Amino acid sequence: MNQKRFAVGDKLGPLIKPPVTKTQLVMYSGASGDFNPIHTVDEFAKEVGLGGVIAHGMLTMAFVGQMLTDATGTPGALKQFRVRFREMVRPGDVIVCEGVVTDVRDEDGVQWVSCDVSATVQQDGRVAVTGHAVFTA
Amino acid sequence: MSLETFEPFVGRSSSPVRNEVEKGAIRKFADAIGDPNPLYRDGTGADGRVVAPPTFSRTFDYGKIPDLPLPKAGLIHGEQQFEYFRPIYAGDVLYCSSKLIEVHEKSGRLGSMIFLVFENTAVDDSGDLVVRERLTAIYREQGGVA
Repeated sequence: MNQKRFAVGDKLGPLIKPPVTKTQLVMYSGASGDFNPIHTVDEFAKEVGLGGVIAHGMLTMAFVGQMLTDATGTPGALKQFRVRFREMVRPGDVIVCEGVVTDVRDEDGVQWVSCDVSATVQQDGRVAVTGHAVFTA
Repeated sequence: MSLETFEPFVGRSSSPVRNEVEKGAIRKFADAIGDPNPLYRDGTGADGRVVAPPTFSRTFDYGKIPDLPLPKAGLIHGEQQFEYFRPIYAGDVLYCSSKLIEVHEKSGRLGSMIFLVFENTAVDDSGDLVVRERLTAIYREQGGVA
């Protein structure tokens, strides 16, 4: 069991992911079933005004999910997880996932932890997603 | 397409679709997101089963809401929420459906945007809720993504 305890202000992460690659976007398309060509076909993405392929929002959310499960350790500890998608992520972007604990409460020896989470692009500081999560510890 | 196009569909659901959670699908998903966690591969968890990562349920087939006209282009993913009731394991058989719960319109500097909010649920063999998702899709008439 994970007996780690959290306090308001505790930091989660940072989880610094390797640069997003076009191969990764193809892999994520296959693994997720989201075959929208804006994620895989440069010509198509340019045609619709994106300038080139962009990452799936859900890929960035999955990175933040990894940071959360690294922090919680135990399957089933994560209770709620939500994000808003803000800026587009492109191949070459290095995504940094971070969190900060905003609230803790104890219930029958179980700690319920609320935190704000975000994913930013390391090269230019653009905020790709912001969100919130609740987990038990 | 306008707000009136979508409004009659609020409250309507898809028929539940049977989804089998495969061990290999979990591993491929974990590989794609670059998460080396052994829980997604060897089932080294407390009960030895392979667990799915927190966003894995987005890969399920939730069915289609009958006759709901969804534009092929111009839809962007605005927000995503998950509420977890238990972990998803390889071998689970889950019945997944989608319901349009809200539509509204906002005008911004890029013109009018229509927000479609879907609630997706995955229920197990015993009828227990496993995960509830809320997905906000934003539709912009002009197409293209700024």
